[in-house]
Amino acid sequence: MNNQGLESSNPETIDRFESFYRDMLRIRRFEEKVLAEFSSGHFHGTTHTYLGQEANAVGVLEGISRDDIIVSNHRSHGHFLAYGGKMHDLFAELMGRSTGVCGGRGGSQHLHWKNFYSNGVLGGTSPIAAGMALSEKIRKRNNLTILFLGDGALGEGVVYESLNIASLWSLPILIVVENNHIAQTTPIDLNVAGDISKRFDAFGINSVKIDSSDVIEINAVARELIQRIKKDISPYSFVIDTHRFGPHSKGDDTRSEDYIMDIRKRRDPISIHAKRVTSERRSEIEKAVAIEIEEAFTAATADPFPSG
Amino acid sequence: MALVIESLNNALRTALEKDKHVIILGEDILDPYGGAFRVTQGLSSAKPDQILTTPVSEAGIVGVAIGMALRGFRPVIEIMFGDFITLAADQLINHATKFRFMYNDQVDVPIVIRTPMGGRRGYGPTHSQTMEKLFMGIPNLFILAPNIFNDPGQLLLNSIFSVDEPVLFVENKIQYTQDLVGEHELKDFKITQTYRPDNELDAPICDFALPIHLSFRDAPNPKVTIATYGYMADLCRQAALRLAYEDEIITDIIIFSQLLPLDVSSMYQSLENSNRLLVVEEGTITSGWGAEVIASCLEKFGNFNLQARRVASKDSPIPASSSLEQSYLPSVEDIILAVKKMV
Repeated sequence: MNNQGLESSNPETIDRFESFYRDMLRIRRFEEKVLAEFSSGHFHGTTHTYLGQEANAVGVLEGISRDDIIVSNHRSHGHFLAYGGKMHDLFAELMGRSTGVCGGRGGSQHLHWKNFYSNGVLGGTSPIAAGMALSEKIRKRNNLTILFLGDGALGEGVVYESLNIASLWSLPILIVVENNHIAQTTPIDLNVAGDISKRFDAFGINSVKIDSSDVIEINAVARELIQRIKKDISPYSFVIDTHRFGPHSKGDDTRSEDYIMDIRKRRDPISIHAKRVTSERRSEIEKAVAIEIEEAFTAATADPFPSG
Repeated sequence: MALVIESLNNALRTALEKDKHVIILGEDILDPYGGAFRVTQGLSSAKPDQILTTPVSEAGIVGVAIGMALRGFRPVIEIMFGDFITLAADQLINHATKFRFMYNDQVDVPIVIRTPMGGRRGYGPTHSQTMEKLFMGIPNLFILAPNIFNDPGQLLLNSIFSVDEPVLFVENKIQYTQDLVGEHELKDFKITQTYRPDNELDAPICDFALPIHLSFRDAPNPKVTIATYGYMADLCRQAALRLAYEDEIITDIIIFSQLLPLDVSSMYQSLENSNRLLVVEEGTITSGWGAEVIASCLEKFGNFNLQARRVASKDSPIPASSSLEQSYLPSVEDIILAVKKMV
């Protein structure tokens, strides 16, 4: 990363770095706002925040084209915002307003906008993503489908049915496993046996594994994989070792404060990337994002509730 | 007349020819085998690009179909035995039937899951069940079941093209090799559609799947109204004939093609005459389709002093031995006995 540091003077590179910074910060501040305001009664239901994993969604989705398809899971906010979803619409959805992404019917886990789909049943989205990839393949459109899974979903049998199908039928799909090492409150060593990447090997699906919270590193791999999928028309997987800073949902984090402090210190994608953006621009971006959040949140609180 | 299996096969062929977005997925459906019950025979030779043989992954292939439907296809899935539908239950319940609603009507999921239910073939506890009742009450799911009195192929074609919600299309193993029966072959019965659309419908009803009404010619006052569907409709007809000729008990048979959403409006006229309702189904008796029919009729026709009974399978796994199997599944004799107990 030495040639991509603060000293970069290429305007395009500077723009990209700033844009990564902004995109990750938007997710971070959005999720912080969600957690902070849950107790104020503005939100209804539940939420699963993406704190700490921002580099995954931003790094992977920066490389997609307009018609590519995203299939997300219960922890969907980061994916949705990185895809280009509007903050206001997501706030409104979490508040159950009629202006929400799905008019308040879906809530946090059930989002659909353009080519973005999420559902809250772990692993159940896998064959659906495969079906979408198959549709694009049959139509000979060069679009890929990106399926986001967590390590917890690897316990679901239908995931393996889908890997088999994706490989058998050479589907243009990128399976991104965000291994945050914990499923709700259960650590990975009580949940996942063996090696995650080898699961893909067994089905003849090439996989790349990265242990990083650096958006630039993640983006470089994702871009390469997306290109390969579009060229080969075949599935690939991308296993990202990552860390979740917040609770699974709202107040259900059983990990020690020391542990959380340690991962926040070592693996914060925003601090890791901050060195590539000038402090002046960072504070400008920070201000702009703060304004965006407040405006989106306030606007959503004034929106009507659905009737009927 | 054509066999049910021919009618279904022709319908699938027609669907494939009509629209290239119709894709059939299933296990062992390629020629020369053409599916475990041969319903898809010849299709992979005629339209190889639209027939996908799949791994043994019921949840997976239903999920794939859902994904395709969300992206504009009209997939038809064959689940080899109805018993295996439980493997795809999560895809059906938490995915297929949820998406249109939870995505705020921005999408449709027009999939058809065809599957053969039913016993009487000695296949034993896990290959003989009638399981559609497990899916009664799943919102936004349509459960349709063909019968020999009402063109099964046409019902299937309409399921594929005219329903934008997920359809569970319940076939029956015995029914496959039965002949379709036209009205002129029924002799004693006339077939009518007695559907009386209320001002307020209880449920969305497909106009191509209205219940049909088998009533004895020139015998307007039935003693018992029998509600049934699928293969059991034929057993009900046999029972009705014997009751009429041997015991002079006149019954009406109302045969449903659409089991869910359920609307019992069509039963009004017959029940008004009979005040007696017998529901007949092959699934196990507890919490079945028939229980729902009875409850709906009681709610809807509260002005009748309605007497009701159920004929269904015992609440037990289905044994393989033919002598045992017969005693577990509802028979013509069971229907006759139930009617006699009511009158």
